[in-house]
Order: sequence, then C-alpha cells, then structure tokens
Amino acid sequence: MDNFEPKIVAFCCNWCSYAGADLAGTSRIQYSPNIRVIRVMCSGRVNPLFVLKALSIGADGVLVLGCHPGDCHYIEGNYKTMRRIPLLKKMLKQLGIEGERVRLEWVSASEGAKFAEVTNSFTQSIRNLGPNTLGNLKQNSKEAKHG
Amino acid sequence: MAKLKVALYWAASCGGCDIATLAIGEKILKLAEAADIVFWPVGLDFKYADVEKMPDKSIDACLFNGAIRTSENEHVAKLLRAKSKIMIAYGSCAYEGCIPGLSNFYNRQLTFERAYIETPTTDNPEKIFPQTKVKVPEGELELPEFYDTVKTLAQTVDVDYFVPGCPPEEKTTWLALEALVTGKLPPKGTVISHAVKAVCDECPRKKEEKKIKKFYRPYEIVPDPERCLLEQGLLCYGVATRGGCGALCPQANMPCTGCYGPVEGVIDQGAHFLSALSSIIDSNDPEEIQKIIDDIPDPAGTFYRYSLPDSLLRRARTK
Repeated sequence: MDNFEPKIVAFCCNWCSYAGADLAGTSRIQYSPNIRVIRVMCSGRVNPLFVLKALSIGADGVLVLGCHPGDCHYIEGNYKTMRRIPLLKKMLKQLGIEGERVRLEWVSASEGAKFAEVTNSFTQSIRNLGPNTLGNLKQNSKEAKHG
Repeated sequence: MAKLKVALYWAASCGGCDIATLAIGEKILKLAEAADIVFWPVGLDFKYADVEKMPDKSIDACLFNGAIRTSENEHVAKLLRAKSKIMIAYGSCAYEGCIPGLSNFYNRQLTFERAYIETPTTDNPEKIFPQTKVKVPEGELELPEFYDTVKTLAQTVDVDYFVPGCPPEEKTTWLALEALVTGKLPPKGTVISHAVKAVCDECPRKKEEKKIKKFYRPYEIVPDPERCLLEQGLLCYGVATRGGCGALCPQANMPCTGCYGPVEGVIDQGAHFLSALSSIIDSNDPEEIQKIIDDIPDPAGTFYRYSLPDSLLRRARTK
C-alpha cells in the first residue's frame, strides 16, 4: 500500500519516557506523527492485555517505553516489562502476528532525541511491515464463515 | 409446583460434560423430582423436530455444552435459545471454546488437510473433503457446514449463566442445578462457581517467593509434593484460573491447566497468565530471560488452552 500511514500506540511511563516525549516536544524535535501516546505510571503497568487490545482494535504497532534498567521509579517495574515483552512476542508469532509489531525501548526523561529516533524508526519498520489486518478480525471471521 | 422443563445439548464437545452432568450421583434423583428432561441427545431419543414444535420459552433451562463449530451447532443453539427461558453455557467449550477452540490456530482448509490427508492413518488419494451437499442415487444429501472459526456460545446467542470447567466438577454442576431447582438465581451473566478467587486460594501447597530460573515440563521433574508447583518451575495455571474445583490437579502433582477460566473481572485469561508468569522470571538480563523463555515450547497453546475463541484475538491470523 503506497500511502499507508501506520497507527501506533505508545505506552509511555510517567517518570521517564513521557517526560522524554515532553522534552522532544519542548525541544521542537520533529518526529513521526503516527504515534498515539498513552501515559501509564510505569511500563510495568502495561499488561500484555493492553497490547493485545490495541492490536485487536486496529493498531498497526505498539511501542512500550520505560525507564532504563535500574532507573525505575518503582525499583523493578521495568524489569517485569523486560521479561513480559519477549514472551508476548513469542506468543504473538504463534498467533500469526509479527513480533516486530511490538517494541520495547528504554527512554529516559533527558532523552528527547532518543524518543524521536525510536518513534521514527519504529514507524518506518511498521510502514515496511504493512497494515495489521487483525482490526478487521471480527468481520473476517463472519465472512470466513460463509466463504 | 409444576415440574421444571430442562434441555441438555452437546455441540462441538467430547461428551465429557454430559458425563459430568451424571456425576452429581444420587442428587440426580432430586433433579428428577424437580425437573423433566425434554431434550437430551446423549440420553434420550428426541429429535430436533420435537424441539421445533415446542412453543417459544417453554423450556425452563437449557444446559448447553460444546463450542460452535458447525452450522448445525449454531442452528441448534439458536433454536434452543428461542425455546428456553434460561440458557446456560455449561462447561469450558460453551463458555470459552476450550479444546475444540484450539483449531482457531488454523482455519478450515488447514484443519481439513490435517484431518483428511496428513494424519498417518488416513488413506485418501482422491483428496475427498466433507461437502455440504452430496448427490446420491436417492437424491441430494445435506451435511452441516464446517466453519472457519470456532465460536463460544455467547458469541452466537444470548447466554444467561456460565458454568466453568473441563468438565465442570460435580459440586459446580450441582451449584447451578440447585439454583435452578430452588429458583434462587444469581444475576444474569454470572459464572457459577464456588469461588471468585484463583485456584491458588484453594491449593494447600506451601507458597513462598516465586522466582524462576528454569521452566520444566511435567515429565522432566518429580515435583516436591508440598511446595507450590509454579515455584518449582512447572507452568501451573492456578494463579490465573478461577477456583471452585478445589485445586484437584495440583493436589495430584499435576499443574493446573486453567480449565475454570479467568478469575472474576479478567477478560483475557491467556494475557493474564502471561503477565503473571513472565514477571516471576528470576533474571534482569535480556539474554538470560530469552533463554528461560525458550523453555516454554508453546506459549500460545498453553496460555489459551481453554480460551482462544473467547480471547481478545479470538483466533490466530492464518494465511
């Protein structure tokens, strides 16, 4: 698809990555407008369910952004995320969804430039991957029934 | 009081739920005092035509087990919904899709190829697949259509209550039947079980801190009979599964596999277990974490063993 603009949901932790996104904004760094930021208190709050929900209702990719290991405001929330995302990706592959649609990155409050870079590179990789067709799943299964 | 009219039906299921209905033992006599069974393909010789002739809402309650896999399953689900005042999804298949729902990892074509061509005991050189219509000398025969995707009962018709389990335990079955017989019905949509908390709450094993360096499959270790199975590295699903069964499997040294469905308030059991399980991995090193995860050969099949059709994604995306 030539003019495919990916829809990307970015879960940003309140203490680091959301502040990093703020810094990117106040520093007037330009980055891809494809992301929809959702602020969470900690990347450890991102239940795999949130990612599945986003993918099932039409997100083409999901970014999970948290504090660097060792920097978590809640001591070890981001370590839990570090363990969850690889297992979630492994499971997604079995469900026919490319693991690349989900990416975990560490962005601190001082890394506005990294926030922009991560956003841009993830948007590009999802653009290359193409749209996620899961959003139409419910209709698909109905059609498939008669197909 | 006039006797209750009860119907029982099986759709895509193994028959275990019908046996579970009988497992209530002598209480079946109490049921027989209070209720007449008007339709039960496993046990009594009624035809669909007999049900069609019944007035709408003339059956007091229908215990429907089995997932919706074919057009026949769907047709009878809709028929019984129209004829019944109360529709109960009985057992994990009707409630969440269960084992038949695992074919949502594939589609109809892949399922057919596996079942009618690839299996070692199949000899089918002409590649004959089930057809919905077949011409024979006597005329045209119709067979139910096999759907691409397995659905739960609630995705097909309006359901009043859910009874979890694969199959439901005797006491869970009786809890539902007792509610019917006494007329003390819970609010619509209730999952009828003795517990709203997880299986761990009923499990007598000793629980300490959960930190896992390596996952094992049940055949690989002989677990300590006293200690929490999950803490020993077995994929025990108890943390993410509704109790009410009495934690029978862990007490027999087998990890819980999750058949009672999610605990109250959880909408996707698989994601819930994934979350709980991965966060107790005892490592902060991405490479080591990956290695530990590699010991789980089939995460999707393990986490969604009973609930793929009822999950957020409902099925795998197939080409």
